[in-house]
Amino acid sequence: MAEKSGADILVDTLVDQGVEVIFGYPGGAVLPIYDAIFEHPKIRHILVRHEQAATHAAEGYARATGKPGVVLVTSGPGATNAVTGITDAFMDSIPMVVITGQVPTPLIGSDAFQEADTVGITRHCCKHNYLVKDPAKLGAVMHEAFFIATHGRPGPVVIDIPKDVQVAKGDPSAAPVSSHKSYRPKTSARTDEVDAALDLIAKADAPIFYTGGGIINSGPEASASLRRIAELTGAPVTSTLMGLGAFPATSPQWMGMLGMHGTYEANMAMNRADLVICLGARFDDRVTGRLDAFSPDSTKIHVDIDRSSINKTVAVDLPIVADVGDFLEALCAHWEERQMERRDLSEWWARIKGWRATECLAYPEHDKLIMPQRAIENLFNATRGHNPIITTEVGQHQMWAAQHFHFDDPNKWLTSGGLGTMGYGLPAAIGAQIAFPDALVIDIAGEASIQMNIQELATATQYRLPVKIFILNNEYMGMVRQWQELTYESRYSSSYSDALPDFVKLGEAYGWTGIRIEKPEELDAGIDAMINTDGPVIVDCRVAKLANCFPMIPSGAAHTEMLLQADEVSGKMDDEAKALV
Amino acid sequence: MHITETAPERHVLTVTVDNEAGILARIAGMFTARGYNIESLTVADVTEDHAISRITIVTNGPPHVIEQIIAQLDRLVPVHKVADLTDIGPHVQRELALVKVAGVGEHRIEALRLAEVYRASVVDATTESFIFEITGAPDKIQSFIDLMRQVGLVEVGRTGVVAIVRGKEAS
Repeated sequence: MAEKSGADILVDTLVDQGVEVIFGYPGGAVLPIYDAIFEHPKIRHILVRHEQAATHAAEGYARATGKPGVVLVTSGPGATNAVTGITDAFMDSIPMVVITGQVPTPLIGSDAFQEADTVGITRHCCKHNYLVKDPAKLGAVMHEAFFIATHGRPGPVVIDIPKDVQVAKGDPSAAPVSSHKSYRPKTSARTDEVDAALDLIAKADAPIFYTGGGIINSGPEASASLRRIAELTGAPVTSTLMGLGAFPATSPQWMGMLGMHGTYEANMAMNRADLVICLGARFDDRVTGRLDAFSPDSTKIHVDIDRSSINKTVAVDLPIVADVGDFLEALCAHWEERQMERRDLSEWWARIKGWRATECLAYPEHDKLIMPQRAIENLFNATRGHNPIITTEVGQHQMWAAQHFHFDDPNKWLTSGGLGTMGYGLPAAIGAQIAFPDALVIDIAGEASIQMNIQELATATQYRLPVKIFILNNEYMGMVRQWQELTYESRYSSSYSDALPDFVKLGEAYGWTGIRIEKPEELDAGIDAMINTDGPVIVDCRVAKLANCFPMIPSGAAHTEMLLQADEVSGKMDDEAKALV
Repeated sequence: MHITETAPERHVLTVTVDNEAGILARIAGMFTARGYNIESLTVADVTEDHAISRITIVTNGPPHVIEQIIAQLDRLVPVHKVADLTDIGPHVQRELALVKVAGVGEHRIEALRLAEVYRASVVDATTESFIFEITGAPDKIQSFIDLMRQVGLVEVGRTGVVAIVRGKEAS
């Protein structure tokens, strides 16, 4: 076969992999690749305004579609700017392939212009990475990268390509592989493991399903199987932040999110359960609270595709390394095969009813101020019919959204969980909107977070994306301030959002429609206007400035020690609690 | 507040990996990134086609940390296999050291006599110094070095441990 340039081989493999969209930003070291995709009939390039946004947009695209997101950036600052998003995808297990340009091979190590040791920098914040030095190997590496990004626990893979390798020619047929020579993660549970899990479920009086982002990553079939097994067993279901939408919030078995800002009933049920079935979640510190008090009396089943997630922080009784979707499918099948009967859980549900009666998500209403929780609730009610995709930034607004916006389907909730990256929401919304041009995509933001990638307003304008941004503007980095109230006697060290821009005018300057909502009576009209305005809309919703996010498990506390309301805050903490994040 | 740690155990791990650029940095960096200890680490390719390397790592930590270290190694894409020789059972550990000793008179004679006892061989000599080559289990090497300290130790180079399970099976 005729030889091709590295850049052409690269683009061919993208087409072979079914890639339709890449998010990127050009620069010197990737010009040959940019030339290869110029007016390419099959690949659409979305030009972002900062490389970090390219990675978050790719994450949003991946999270909304289930397909890997693809990023293309230049060497040096292009690559280092992408590091935050790569790390974010690594923490949240998002499939992503990141192509970075590199200085020509002979210049590597010479501190050349825009040189950075991309492979060295990203080695521990991605699933795998490559420096490709031979164009003939580029095709094989690309296919391998897609395989690795999407198999086993998904994650980002970085491919660093020196500029001379992009230009030089190689034989593209030298690379027919579509997998990796040895990487074969275990994905199916053994029959005995499935049966052991069923035996435990069959005799549990107080079981709870604790589900996570793994269910979403496994695909819509996993969500369907979760619904089925929940129906078969009648057990309550709670979820991590990353798993919201895998189980319908409209189900009476739904307990709400668990953990630091989870519901009282979910956390109490976890604490009192005799069986915890952890499905595609990883006992994160935001979920467990104080470890020695975490679900002390339960038998624990942990199903995870990543062996290293098991027994990492919490010792479990039945560890199962498997794709959670495969496991759930087998679990349902075995349940039916063995003709198992649903156990009477009425006593367990009676106790849950008691915890639910605390109405932990209730908040004080105000007639002059918009309570942020009210804003989210009304946004939820107004958009229900649209089945929207919601992205968030990071902070109080994110937690309020997780508490008061409810999801019935997977892939509708895109948020930065593990890394907690402010600035995630707007580019993620852009990525999701690219994948679903007709969907209602809303970034629920805070006035501080939104400024971390505010330049992406231009990206949405350029591609005519009707993204909506709903800012809960309380003029504070609210979560920082909340912790300062909790721990540092309300000394607000650098948590006030001073010198805020006029978001309405700012949006208008970028070609967006700007809406300001200041009073409770304007709230619904403002939300309706946002939904019904064509094109991108930025809403500056001025909310009660000092509202805090409750319920909350303070650092170092147990699930049973939730703060339900602000009057339980003392303003002081001991050093052990202060040292926790 | 004080930071407390649980008692560590010493484990010898062998890791079979693709012999590719950056693999050592990937393994060693994983240890530093996650706060695990490395007592020693050796690496060399071991197959005819030079495609596979065997890394021997001596590490320490409480049992749950050792389990995590193995799992974290195992999830790295170029890692084929991780074996915990301490867990598997009887195995041979060997290390090589080069030990330079300088001195005259009684010290010089004593150094040579001890080397004989430890079956260390002389690989270089001047009228005022020896270099001994010694192989053996790490504790034997350590005690030899401790003795040499008393008779004019100048410099030590150690390879770190390589290990392999006893019997006919591979680990």
